[in-house]
Parts: sequence; C-alpha cells; structure tokens
Amino acid sequence: MTAKAARGSLLGIEHLATPEIENLLRLTRRMNSARPRPLLRGKRVILLFYEPSTRTRSSFEIAAKGLGATTVLVQASGSSIEKGESLLDTGYTLRAVGADVIVIRHPNSGAPHLMAAHLDIPIINAGDGMHEHPSQALLDAYTILRHKKTMSGLRVVIVGDIYHSRVARSGIHLMSKFGAQITMCGPAELVPDVCATLQPGLRITRHLEEGLRGADVIMLLRVQKERLAGLNLRLGDYVDHYQLTAERLRLAKRDAIVMHPGPIIRGLELTSEVADSAQSVIVAEVGNGVPVRMAILARALGRAK
Amino acid sequence: MSNSKSILIRGGHLIDPDARVDAEMDLLVRDGRVVEVAAPGKIHESADEKFDARELIVAPGFIDLHVHLREPGQGDKETIASGTAAAAAGGFTSVCAMPNTSPVNDCREITEWMRQPERGAVVNVYPIAAATINSEGQQLADFRGLREAGAVAVTDDGKPILGDTIMRDALRAARELGILVIQHAEDTRLTAHCSMNAGPTAFRLGLRGMTVEAEAGIVERDIRLAQDVDARLHVAHISTAEALKAVRRGKRARARVTCEATPHHFTLIDENVGEYNTMFKMNPPLRSSSDREAIVAALADGAIDAIATDHAPHADHDKMVEFERAAFGITGLETALGVAISELHKKHKIPLTRIVELFTAGPARVMGMKARGTLARGAHADITIFDPKKRWAFEAAKSRSKSRNTPFDGWQLAGKVVATIVDGKFVYRTE
Repeated sequence: MTAKAARGSLLGIEHLATPEIENLLRLTRRMNSARPRPLLRGKRVILLFYEPSTRTRSSFEIAAKGLGATTVLVQASGSSIEKGESLLDTGYTLRAVGADVIVIRHPNSGAPHLMAAHLDIPIINAGDGMHEHPSQALLDAYTILRHKKTMSGLRVVIVGDIYHSRVARSGIHLMSKFGAQITMCGPAELVPDVCATLQPGLRITRHLEEGLRGADVIMLLRVQKERLAGLNLRLGDYVDHYQLTAERLRLAKRDAIVMHPGPIIRGLELTSEVADSAQSVIVAEVGNGVPVRMAILARALGRAK
Repeated sequence: MSNSKSILIRGGHLIDPDARVDAEMDLLVRDGRVVEVAAPGKIHESADEKFDARELIVAPGFIDLHVHLREPGQGDKETIASGTAAAAAGGFTSVCAMPNTSPVNDCREITEWMRQPERGAVVNVYPIAAATINSEGQQLADFRGLREAGAVAVTDDGKPILGDTIMRDALRAARELGILVIQHAEDTRLTAHCSMNAGPTAFRLGLRGMTVEAEAGIVERDIRLAQDVDARLHVAHISTAEALKAVRRGKRARARVTCEATPHHFTLIDENVGEYNTMFKMNPPLRSSSDREAIVAALADGAIDAIATDHAPHADHDKMVEFERAAFGITGLETALGVAISELHKKHKIPLTRIVELFTAGPARVMGMKARGTLARGAHADITIFDPKKRWAFEAAKSRSKSRNTPFDGWQLAGKVVATIVDGKFVYRTE
C-alpha cells in the first residue's frame, strides 16, 4: 500500500501542492467547453461508478468526449462487481482492456488510493465515501475566482452536514491552502468539534446568523432527511436554524455568492427565493464542472498544454 | 533440532521475576523440568547438551494470553502448527487460542480437537472457549465441560457480551468453576461501520471512528458486575486511557480485575494509518498518542498485568481491499519481544526485568498457571533465551506464520530470540 500513484492521478486536494492546483485552474480557464481541442484523441477513459451520480458522471463524460477520448461507463450493477469481484481485480481487468485513465466514484473512503497504489495508470477520484471530492473543490474554486479576485482573506461559511461530506473536506483543504477564512456552521451532530482539526484556523459556529455576518461566500451542503432522522435531529428544527432564507442572506456581504454542490432540496437547506436569486451561482457551478474535468483529464494523460 | 533429555544452560543472565532472580545463573533441565538453578559454574552434573548463553538473557518461556490460531476452519490464514511455529520463533512457549474459529469453539469436542497431537503444535496451546453458544451472547456455553476438555478461560472475543444479565451469569458460573472470563471491551452498538479510532485522523480520512467511550463503558460495566458476584475478570487488549482509569479504580477497590496490552497499542497511534494502510487496521484500533502514553505508564507501574499479541493472521485478499472492508487484525508473535525491547526498554527505559515479567509471571498469574512463567526448581522447563542487544530487521516474507499482515515489516528492532525450549526440548533456535 506504499506504492506511489501514477503521475497525473488526482486522489484528493489535501496532498496536492498549491502550484499544482493553480496549474489546474489555469488550464481550466483555457478549456473551451463549446469548442474543445481534441487533446485526448485515441485515449480510453473508464468511468467506474460504484455510486449513483448525475452531475459528476455526466460532466466527466462530456469533458472526456469533448477532448476526443472514448469513454466506457462501468457501474456496479450489471458488471462483475455484482458477482463479488474485488476492487483491485476490477482495476486490473479495466487496465488489461486498455484503460488509459480510471475515474472512480466509490462509497468507501480511500478506494481510489487502493487502486492508485496497485495500477500504473492515473486514477481520478470522483468522490470516495466521506473522504474527498477533489474535482468538486476545483470547480468550486474556479467558480469563486470568477466572482472574487482572490481567495486569500475571503470569508467563507460552509453550512450543513460537514461530518459526512467529502465536498466539505476537499473544499476546506483547497480554500485553506489559498488563505480563505473558513467558518463551519451546523449542529454538533453534523459539525462535531473534530471538524476544526482538518486545517489550521478553522472556526465553528452553531448559529447561522453569526456565520453569515460579513461572509463573501456561502457554501450550502445537502441535507439528507434519513441522516437527520438517524441522528435524532428534527427536520423542522434544522430548517428553523440553518435554512438560508433571503432575510438571512442579507447578513452576508452584498456581493456574497451562494454555492451548493447539488442536488439542492428547495425548502430544506435553502428557500427557492435564494436558489433563484442573483447571488446564487449554483447552476453556474454545474456548468463549470465540464472545463474543470477537461483540465483534470488533460493533466492525467500528459496533455496539459 | 536436538531433543536432549537434559540441557545445561550456562553463562546466561537469568531473569525470573516470579522467583525474584535477576543475576548470572546456570540452569539444568531434565525430563521436561527445571532441576537446578545455581551460580555460574556451580552445577557439576553432566548433561546431554550444553547451551552457551553468555551475553544472553535466560527467561521463563513467554506466555501469550491472546492469539488467533484460526483452526478449526480457516487454515488458509493460519494453522495450529504454523501459528505455534511463529510463537516459538517469537519466544512464546504457551499460547492461549481464541475461540472465534469456524465453527466457534463453544464445545468440548472442538476444544479437545485443538489439543490433539495431530494438530502439530510445537508450543503449549491453551484453548479459550466461547462464553456463549456460537458467541451469540444469548445462552452460556457448558463451562464445566469446556474446562474438563482443557479450556482455561471463556470469552466471546470479537463479539463482546453486551447484555448485563448474561454477563453477570457468565461471571458467576465462571467463579464457581474457577475459570476466567475475558472480555473484548467494545460496545458494538456504538461502533457499527467504524474502522479506526475516532479523532482527527479518522475525520481527515472520512472514516467512522470508534470512540474511547465504547471501550471504557464496557470495562466499567464489567468491573461493576465482577464486583457484584465476586468474580475474576480479564480485560483483553486494553487500548484507551479512559478504560485504564476504570481498571485502576477497580484494582484500588479490590475488584478481581486484570488486563493485557498489545505491542501495537504501546507502539503505534491512529495517525500511523497514513493513507488507508490496512496493515494498521485492527480492533481495538490504534488510539491517540495520549492513550499510548497511558498504556506505557501502566505497563511500567503494574496497572497492566501482561503483554499479549492479539496475533490475528489474515490472507492478503482480506487486507488488499478498501480500508472499511478490510479485515481487522495483525500478526504479532514474532515481533512482540523486539518491539517491546525497542519501545519499552530502549525508548521508555522500562527495566528488562519488568518486560520479562509482562511476558511471563504476569500472564501466568492472570491465567492461574502453575509451574509455568517461572524457572524455579520443579517448574516446567519452558525457557526463552534472547539477546537483548541484537539489532535485526523483521521481514514479514520470512515469517513462520502463514500470513503476512503486519505493520512491522522492515522495522529495525532491538532484542531477538535465540532459542525457545518447551518442556525441556528445543522448539526454536536461530540459524
């Protein structure tokens, strides 16, 4: 398990050096998703999805195809995975049929690391368990930087279920590396104190109003009803305390942007009014997923020109 | 290997904590027993074989209270023959074998089967039987029959007994028969889907963590129950400062409680999991550095009674999977002494005599073994001879165990076993 990942792999943001992130963002800016260059012609991109996904899967697929690659989608149901094949054996098989890169979404944290330690082709983490979702963090950074000059000193509040969120972990790593001031907001069940250990300088508040005051960026996370029930949290209480309403949004800076990795549940973590407001960049985020993933794939296959 | 009827071990430094010996001594064994212990050069009787132990420590044979030999049923991971060969190489002359075999050792037939000569054991094997039928925590096993068949203790090891009533019944029944109840202290209601210690590392890796309370709560409850019925209780592989506090309180209150700790828990911490290295996944999990420090302190001052390995062999395919799906457990028989001397003696300055006690008299007292764990005249000639200064690198690939799942592969260790004698016969000698 000590073997190193193949060059071009993207396993997480935590261990990614800041210049590497800057390079990826620079490359993203040069990717024109309307008229992409055929950088990956003749390459085979395997999309190995052990979990359902709409946004991530479709944008990786569109990104790969846009750059001229062939894509193959492998899902747990209808494949050997269902018959009990191990993750590594699936990886060896996909390598043998000629995969040049594997994009993997998996319910277990660290699954991409296991693959990367044993395969000689780049592995791209498209979300692993509660661990990381690096392409989401990159597209969020890209989105932020289209609205804000710099991330340094930016006041970011992340609201919701941080404990279970890979989006939050990757986002916190990335924004911390670039000097953002991050406040995490939610009840102790969803934002336990241990969250503050992820990076230096993180703050926690239980009061949304406090978190919103003076914020430049508001990142909302999806709330899962089943999870709240499992933690004995009442949905109504969550909405009362943590739903982003137009009124609460006014506590943030006037030019604050509202982000959400999706899927959003209107009337739960935010009101429809906020979701559709001028400050919401939620739809733009999804669109930015394509050029970011083009950059990630181009880098993975050494075509980052 | 020679199988002399008598062996004279000369020139060594004898450490026998039970007999309060820590001096240069010669030792004569004959027909499986210690017949004489005397100052250097004072034994004049002839012997079939002479062993030169100059520069070496001669100690009672080590006793491991907690191993998984995987037989019956999981011979691909380990067999009684391969596991005891690894034990001999690690200086262990007696091992207590946990019952989570397949089927579970909850009856006298399996206990007897494990002790048959056909199994090929090269050290003493003491079966520990299941406390409840199939370790399901519902109905007590037949303690009397199990004891008659040779079981020395009962436990549901990986499936701790959570029900108060059944635990109290187990303790009471065991007290009547003079058999020990061992508990793997984990409130499994709190640890579902958890694969490592709760804390910053688990959070960083996105893994669900086992809390300190899940261990300490059961230890506290068990001590209370043991006091209620005046029974003996042994806490397996204690791993948290909080549970140790409970044991210390219990001991002060004269509860009849003992506990063991493993080499990995006094050496490693949760951060060592790194990026999902499954060789660092075991249960109880590696804890925080303050927990580790509390264990080292308790090993030194006596709150912990024994070092036990929790040797838990697994096949490669059980470990080369997603971290959360990987099997819990690591091997430990061949590295225990080297890790103990490197970590406890060299780094933490715990005297060698105390370390030897934790491998010998300590576990013998826990298990109530007679004439083992000591080299007093008349004792069984179970002897471990080791070089406390020898530096060596452990290579998992050369392990005598059938499995290779160890976090200590490639580690530079100080202290190596040179020879192991069981009942007066060499069962291991360095090449």
